[in-house]
Amino acid sequence: MTPNEISYSHILPEVVLSVFGMLIMLAEPMLGERASRKPLGYLAFFGTLAAGAATLYQAQYPGFAFWHMVHVDAFSTFFHLLVIGVAAVVILSSLDYVEEETVHAGEYYGLVLLGAVGMCLMSSAVELVLIFVALEISSIATYVLTGIRRKNAAGAESALKYFLLGSFATAFFLFGVAMMYGATGSTDIPNIALTLAKGSIPGLVYVGMALMFVGLGFKIASAPFHVWTPDVYEGAPAPIVGFMSTAPKAAVFAVMLRIILQTGAPGWLYLIWGSAALSMTLGNLGALLQTNVKRMLAYSSIAQAGYILVAFTAAPQEATSAVMFYMLCYAAMNVGAFAVITFYSGKDERRVHLEDFAGLGATNPLLALTLTIFLLSLIGIPLTGGFLAKFYVFQVALKANMVWLTIIGVLNSAVAAYYYLRLVVAMYMKPAPEGAVRVAAPLPMKIALLAAAALTLYLGIVPTGVLSYTTEAAAQLLTAPAVKVVTGQ
Amino acid sequence: MTANLHLWLIPLLPLLGAAINGAFGKRFSRQLVSAVGLAGSGAAFLYALWIASQYSALATAMPIVDKTLGTWIKAGTFQADFAFQLDQLSFVMLLIVTGVGFLIHVYSVGYMWEESGYYRFFCYLNLFLFFMLTLILAANYLLMFIGWEGVGLASYLLIGFYFTKDSAANAGKKAFIVNRIGDFGFLIALFLLIQHFGTLDFTLLADKIVPLGSEAGWGLLSSIGVLLMVGAAGKSAQIPLYVWLPDAMEGPTPVSALIHAATMVTAGVYMVSRSHVIFDRAPQALLVVAVIGCATAFFAATIGICQTDIKKVLAYSTVSQLGYMFLGCGAAAYSAGVFHLMTHAFFKGLLFLAAGSVIHSLGGEQDMRRMGGLRKEIPWTFWTMTAGTFAIAGFPFFAGYYSKDMILWKVSQHNPILFGFGLLTAFITSFYMFRLWFMTFFGERATAEAGHGHHDQAPAAHGHDDHGHDGHGHGHAGGHAHESGWLMLFPLVVLAILSVIGGWMVGGGEGFAKFLSPVFSVGLAADPTEVAGGMSEGFVSALATVAFLLGLGLAWFLYVRRKNIPAQIAQNLGGIYSAVLNKYWVDEIYATVIVNPMMAISRTVLWQGIDRKVIDATLDDAAAGANQLSGEVRKMQSGNIRSYAAWVAAGAVLVVGYMMWMGAAR
Repeated sequence: MTPNEISYSHILPEVVLSVFGMLIMLAEPMLGERASRKPLGYLAFFGTLAAGAATLYQAQYPGFAFWHMVHVDAFSTFFHLLVIGVAAVVILSSLDYVEEETVHAGEYYGLVLLGAVGMCLMSSAVELVLIFVALEISSIATYVLTGIRRKNAAGAESALKYFLLGSFATAFFLFGVAMMYGATGSTDIPNIALTLAKGSIPGLVYVGMALMFVGLGFKIASAPFHVWTPDVYEGAPAPIVGFMSTAPKAAVFAVMLRIILQTGAPGWLYLIWGSAALSMTLGNLGALLQTNVKRMLAYSSIAQAGYILVAFTAAPQEATSAVMFYMLCYAAMNVGAFAVITFYSGKDERRVHLEDFAGLGATNPLLALTLTIFLLSLIGIPLTGGFLAKFYVFQVALKANMVWLTIIGVLNSAVAAYYYLRLVVAMYMKPAPEGAVRVAAPLPMKIALLAAAALTLYLGIVPTGVLSYTTEAAAQLLTAPAVKVVTGQ
Repeated sequence: MTANLHLWLIPLLPLLGAAINGAFGKRFSRQLVSAVGLAGSGAAFLYALWIASQYSALATAMPIVDKTLGTWIKAGTFQADFAFQLDQLSFVMLLIVTGVGFLIHVYSVGYMWEESGYYRFFCYLNLFLFFMLTLILAANYLLMFIGWEGVGLASYLLIGFYFTKDSAANAGKKAFIVNRIGDFGFLIALFLLIQHFGTLDFTLLADKIVPLGSEAGWGLLSSIGVLLMVGAAGKSAQIPLYVWLPDAMEGPTPVSALIHAATMVTAGVYMVSRSHVIFDRAPQALLVVAVIGCATAFFAATIGICQTDIKKVLAYSTVSQLGYMFLGCGAAAYSAGVFHLMTHAFFKGLLFLAAGSVIHSLGGEQDMRRMGGLRKEIPWTFWTMTAGTFAIAGFPFFAGYYSKDMILWKVSQHNPILFGFGLLTAFITSFYMFRLWFMTFFGERATAEAGHGHHDQAPAAHGHDDHGHDGHGHGHAGGHAHESGWLMLFPLVVLAILSVIGGWMVGGGEGFAKFLSPVFSVGLAADPTEVAGGMSEGFVSALATVAFLLGLGLAWFLYVRRKNIPAQIAQNLGGIYSAVLNKYWVDEIYATVIVNPMMAISRTVLWQGIDRKVIDATLDDAAAGANQLSGEVRKMQSGNIRSYAAWVAAGAVLVVGYMMWMGAAR
C-alpha cells in the first residue's frame, strides 16, 4: 500500500463510529414518543465494540495513507482504544441517566460517537490541518454535549462559555499552524521534523509552537488556560464530564506528543515546566476546600493534567511512554469516578455535594467501594494504576534532572490526598442522612464501574504488558519514517 | 530445604482473614469473627515459628529470596518483582510482628467485645498485618513501599475507628497527611536510587553501592540517606513530623499498642537499618539521623512529664523511645537500634495493653489525676505494668536496660553531646514512667469531681454511640474498678515475661548484634567518627542505672512523699511549664505557618474570579422559568466569561513572549 492513496482501512474505526453515530440519529425518530431510548444506547455501545474491533484489525496494517496525512502505528492504536474504551464506559453509564434527564438520546449517543471520531483521528493524523479538523470535530461535539440538557440553565450557560472560550483557544492553534507553515513550508509533521533537524531554525517556529501550545493547553485544562474548567464541568452532565475530562484530553496529549516530541521542536521545555508546576499547584489548592464533588474533580483534573505535563520534561522516549501510561490510568479512574457520580447524583443531579455522599459505604457498598478505588488511585496509593503512573512520571522526570519539578509534583500529590480523602471519609465515616437512597445500580452501570475499577487495579498490579506496549509505541513514534512528501504533484 | 519457603504466604494469611471478615463479617457471630481474625494472625505466627524451628538449616542460605509471584513492573531496564526476602533482620521483625500481633489480636477479642463494628475492627487489624508483613519481607524498596503506604492506610482506618467522634476522624486524617509528607522524601530517594543505580532490589543495590567509598562531604548517598530519613521521620514520628502520633491515640487501645507502639511506627527504624549500606557510606546522613533521634528522644520525653492522659504519656514516651532507636542507628549501631525496637515492642506493647486494662477497668477513664490506689483492685494489671515500667525505665537486667545501654554505649563512642542528652533522657524517662506508675496505682483514688481542667474534650454523646474517651467503657468511672478477663490478661502476662527476660534471652546487646551481623556486616565501611578508647560498657551501664534510680527517686518524692510540690513547681516555672504542658505549641505553630496559609491561598484561588459561583447565583434566578436563555446569557456575559477570556489571553501573551524570547536567545 503506498502512502499516497485513499485507504479506508487506515481510518476504519472513524468510519465505523461515524456510521453508527448517523444510524443512531436516524433511528431515534423511528422510536415511539414514549418508548425507552435504551436501544439507542445499546446500539451506540455496539458501535464502540465494532470500532474497537476495527482498530485491532487496522493495527495489522501500519503505515501512512491519504497522502501522508494519516499514520497508523502502535501509538495511534493505543489512543484509539483508549478513546473508544472511554466512550463505551460513558455510554453504559449513561443509559439510565439519559432516560431520567429527558435529553434527546439520539443526539446524545450520536455526538458521543462523532466526538470520538474526532478524537481518534487526532491520534492518527500527522498533518496539522487534519489535526485541526479533527480537533474541531471533537470540540464541537463536546460543546453540544455540555449543553445537551437544554432545559437546564446551568448546562446551557456552561455550554456557551465552553464554546466561546474554546473557539477562542482553537483560533490560537490555527494561527500557530499557519506560523509553522510559514516557518517550515510544510504542515506535515514528518516534514517539519526533517526541516527542523537540518538546523537553522527560523524564529517563527517558536511563535508557532507557542500559539499551538495555547490552543492545546486550553483543551487539556492546564494552567494558565484552566479557568473555564470548574464552571463547565459543574454545568455539564456528569457522564459527559467523565467523557470530556478523559477522551479529548488523551487525544490532545497524543497531538502534543506528536507536535512537541516527534518534530523535535526546540524551546518549549521550561514552558511545559511552568505550566506543569502551575497546573499541579493551582489545581490542588483549588480543590482543597471544594464541597461540590464535580467542581472538586474539575480542579483535580487540572492537577492531573499537570502531572502528565511533568512527563514531557523527560527524555523523549520515556516521556512518551509515561504520558501514555498515565493517560490510560487517569482515563480509567476518572471516567470511573464520574460514572459513580452520574448514577448517584440522580435526577437533575441533586446529589453532588460532599455531604450528599455521607454514609454511601453503608447504603450503596458497590458504589462506595468502586469510588474508593478510583479515589485511592487518584491519590496514588500503591497497587493502583494511579500510583505507578505517578511513580513512572516522576521517576523519568528526575532521571532527566528535573529535580525541582519532581519535588513540586511529589509534594503536590501529598497535599492532594487531603481532598480526595474527604470524600472517602464522608462515604465511610459519616452516618447516612435520613431517607438515603438505596438503589442498586443497574447491570450496565455495574459493568461500566467494574470494568473501570478492574483496569485501575490491573494497571497497578500487572502493568508490565501495558508498559512494554507503551515503550514500543514510543519507540515507533520517535523513529517514525520521515518520508519527504512530494507536494504539489 | 531452602528450595522454596513460600514466604509470600505469610502476608497472604492475614489478608485472607481480612477479606473473609470484610466480606462476610457483618453476618458472622462475634465468635466466628474472632476465630477468623485470630486464625489469620495466628497462622502467620505459626509460620514464623516454623521458620524459627528450621533456623539453623536456613541461616547459611540467608538472605533467601522468594520470587514465586513473579515480576511486578518491567519498564525498559528497570524491573521490580513481587519478591520476598528472609534474612536475620527480617526474621527478627517477622517474629516481633506476628508474635506481638497475635497477642494483641487475642487481647482485642476481650477489649473490643462490646463494640459495634467488631468485625470491621478485625478486618482492619488483619489488613494491617498483611501490609506490615509485606513491608518487612519485601526484597526491594518498591514492594516495601506498598507495605509502607498500606500500613498508613490501615492505621488511618483504625485511628478513625470511632468515627462518630470528630476528633478521631480528624486524627486519622492528620496521621495520613503527615505520613504523606514523609513519603515525599522516601519517594524522591527511590527516584534517585533508580536514576543512579537502576534498581530498587536490596541485593543488587548493595552490590552497586558497596564498592563506593565513604562520602567525605555532602554527596548523592548523603542526599538519599537524608531523604530516606524524612520518610522514616514521618512513619516513625520523629521531629519534625511526630505530631500525628499523640493524636493517633484516639484509636482503640489495642491499636495504639500494636500499630502506634510495637510495630508500624518502628518501620522507619527498620527501613533505615535495611538501608545501612547507604548510611554506612554517608556519615553526614548518619549524623542527621542521630541528631534527629536524639532531639526527638529528649524533646518528647520532656512533654511526657506534664501529660495527664495515661495514653498520651505513653504516646510521647513512644516518640521518645523511637528517638533512641534512631540515635542508635545514627551511631551506625543498627543492631542496637533494632534491639531496642524489639524490647520496646515487648514493654511498650505491654504498657499500652496494661493501660488499656486500667482504662477498661475504670469504664473509660484515661485521666491519671482521677486514678490512684489501683494496685489492690487490679493486681494482675498492676504487676504486669510494673514489669513494663521497670523495663522501660532501665531497671538492671530487664529488657530495656540491655537495649538502652547498648545504644548509649555506642553513642558515647561517637559524640559526647548526643550521649549526654541520651543519658539525660534516660533519667526523664524513668521519672515520667514512675510518675505514671505512682499516680495510677498508689495513693488514694481521686473522685471524679477532683479532676479539673480536663484538657481533652469531654466524652460527647453522639446519638447511639455514647462512648467514653477511648470510645470505650460503660460509664461507671466513680465505681469499683474490676480486673479484666483472662483474654486480656494472658497477653499481658506473656509480654511482661518478655519485658523482663527479653534482653537477657537473646544474650544482651552483644549476642543480638552477633546474630544480626550477617546482615549489617555486608559492606561495612570503616567509621571515621568512632572515637577509640571511649567509655567502657560497664561504666555506661552504671551511669544509666544511676539515671534510672534518680528518676525513680524523684518521682517517688514528688508523687508519693510530697504531693503538693508538683503544683508549686508548676506555678513557679510559669512560662516554661505552660510551654511543656502545651507541647511547645508545635501543633499551633504548624497550623499558623503551614496549614492556614495554604487554606488561605486555596480560598483566594477559589475567589479570584475563578470560582465565584456565578452559576449557583444564576441558577436561583433560572428557577422562575427555564427558557430564559437569552436572559441568562446576558447575565453571564456580564459575569466572568470576559475575565476568563482575559486569563486565556494573558496566558497566551506570556507563552508567546517566552517562546519569542527563547527564539531570540537561541
